[in-house]
Amino acid sequence: MAQSSPRPRFESWGRYPTLQADLVPLNWTGDFPLSKPPATRLLPVGAGRSYGDVCLLENGTLLQTRGMDRLLAFDPETGVLRCEAGVTLAEILDFAVPRGFFLPVTPGTKYVTVGGAIANDIHGKNHHLAGTFGCHVPRFELVRSDGTRLLCSPADNAQWFAATIGGMGLTGLITWAEVRLRPIVSRRIQYTGIKFTGIEEFVALSRASTHIEYTVSWIDCVATGRNFARGIFMQGDHSPVPEPLTTSKEPWLALPVDLPNIALNRFSIGLFNTLYYNKQLGKTKTGLVDYEPFFYPLDKLLHWNRMYGKSGLLQFQCVLPWEADQLGIIQILKAITASGLASFLAVIKVFGDLPSPGMMSFPAPGITLALDFPIRPEVSFDLLDRLARITLEHGGRMYPAKDARMTAPQFQAFFPQWQEFARFIDPAFSSAFWERVTA
Amino acid sequence: MASTKIPTNILALGASSAIAEATLRLYAVRGARFFLVARNPDKLNAVAGDLLTRGAASVATHVMDLDDTSAHPAMLAAAAENLGTIELALLAHGVLGDQQQAEASYPVAEAVLGTNFMAPVSMITWLANYFEASHQGTLAVISSVAGDRGRKSNYVYGASKGALNIYLDGVRNRIDRAGVHVLTIKPGFVATPMTAHLPQNALFATPSKVAEGIFKAIEKRKDVVYVPAFWAIIMFILCMIPRSIFKKLNV
Repeated sequence: MAQSSPRPRFESWGRYPTLQADLVPLNWTGDFPLSKPPATRLLPVGAGRSYGDVCLLENGTLLQTRGMDRLLAFDPETGVLRCEAGVTLAEILDFAVPRGFFLPVTPGTKYVTVGGAIANDIHGKNHHLAGTFGCHVPRFELVRSDGTRLLCSPADNAQWFAATIGGMGLTGLITWAEVRLRPIVSRRIQYTGIKFTGIEEFVALSRASTHIEYTVSWIDCVATGRNFARGIFMQGDHSPVPEPLTTSKEPWLALPVDLPNIALNRFSIGLFNTLYYNKQLGKTKTGLVDYEPFFYPLDKLLHWNRMYGKSGLLQFQCVLPWEADQLGIIQILKAITASGLASFLAVIKVFGDLPSPGMMSFPAPGITLALDFPIRPEVSFDLLDRLARITLEHGGRMYPAKDARMTAPQFQAFFPQWQEFARFIDPAFSSAFWERVTA
Repeated sequence: MASTKIPTNILALGASSAIAEATLRLYAVRGARFFLVARNPDKLNAVAGDLLTRGAASVATHVMDLDDTSAHPAMLAAAAENLGTIELALLAHGVLGDQQQAEASYPVAEAVLGTNFMAPVSMITWLANYFEASHQGTLAVISSVAGDRGRKSNYVYGASKGALNIYLDGVRNRIDRAGVHVLTIKPGFVATPMTAHLPQNALFATPSKVAEGIFKAIEKRKDVVYVPAFWAIIMFILCMIPRSIFKKLNV
């Protein structure tokens, strides 16, 4: 029965790189440590929705956590949900919304696991008011490969708590966690979209809307001249008007095949951007929208990463501190237009100054810019390197969960605390990302 | 085929199986009451906590090894006592076994047949009489497409499920007239801990997909359900292949 077959190749959401690894599904919180530990190094992987190689490990063993998908307890008084680490945010919403609760922080996709959300200390459109996901995690259990089970909270095993939030899965396996949900009375979001042109106007809009819970902007990275840095500033609050709280429908639309690698190019994206910018005719548009399209516009199309073709996509997300940001962001945008590459999903937002409990957490006060590029080896690798250098020059940092390219010196400059963090890494654990940036 | 009210008093035998768990969740959100039986107390507690959190009205647990048929009557009586009336019994107790070991050694084959056939027969004996006497109830038993035709790659497992299918056909014909619904569930490949060691392909379905099929089949009082439904076509074709050709195939 036990024939040795070649290790399957495993890819993250960016589909670059793809690395061989053995897969071991974990279905119960007691499944780890494994009864027969493999000779290779280990790395937990949840939904595999990070983009680069933080969830990959070449010739290693990936511990798949999706089978640990149980909801363990919910207290409607406090809103605290205890669940296993493989539960997705989509599953939490299906449970919580009909009960009048919502995620405290959500990224642009709901198909990530709770374990992954903690390991990458994800952020959302409410970072300026709510901080990161880790700010809303009262407790979790961390299991080390030697069998030690650590109950981690700001009070207990506080160092392990800090190292594991944003710890990229390297400190051990998170088996379950508590998440503090927030109350809602409606599925809908009171939405306002405001067109802007230029970074200055974006910054002014951000400063004027710090009281609004969710803010994010789409920005056009193709347009030049008088349209340079045009975009739509989108803001919203949960509707205060009580309405029936139903569950979401399953998406029915999927991209069944890989598009040709050239489908997304400067011209198709430029055309999309012009249409998108002009779908809203006036300067300002308001309305009530369901939370699904507001938070998760791309989740409607399953496997949307196939748009980029087989070769995949590169993500880039940086944050630049306030003092430097306008100049730095403008330099980054100019570098992109000069490269001839176009970013399909360009998002810009102002982070707040709420500190994360995580030692290696990415968000910091300032402006964050998230971009993605189709992979054209020479051009896109050069461009990413240029963007990393601009980020470094302006005292910013890049997001490991969306990276496949930053160099070891760059990472170590972005996260000078990395050696302090390394002391908490489980001796049996590693990742392709970690090997790359500490080589 | 008339549809009936959704059962609220549910007995799950082998409750920590992935298919059982996914199916029970669909009833938990509707506020069902459960009596769960499985061997591993940690797993049983995790399943119970999950069902309660999702909305189950109550969950009782009973730790036992279901291969121990002598303990079945007491366990089933305790379930009936706890639930008041058992409205749905979901039988999900089974093992895949190792075909090559079972070919080499009768005790291995006997263990597979014991777990997948003799133990269910013991439970179904009690449950069929219980349901027949109470003129109600659904007996839903997880079998397998593997029971439709003997294949060289898994005929020991297949034989245990094939025998179970025939047994259920007979039980159905006996107690249908008492108003009891007997459902034979034939999943294809399902991505569960039982199959984690097999190379996964496009034919594999998730437990939650399979659970939806089971839920609908219980609601519609079907006799036999293939989950996902396309397995009915695959197995129809597989059963059409003449034996003279089939015996030469590597399936």
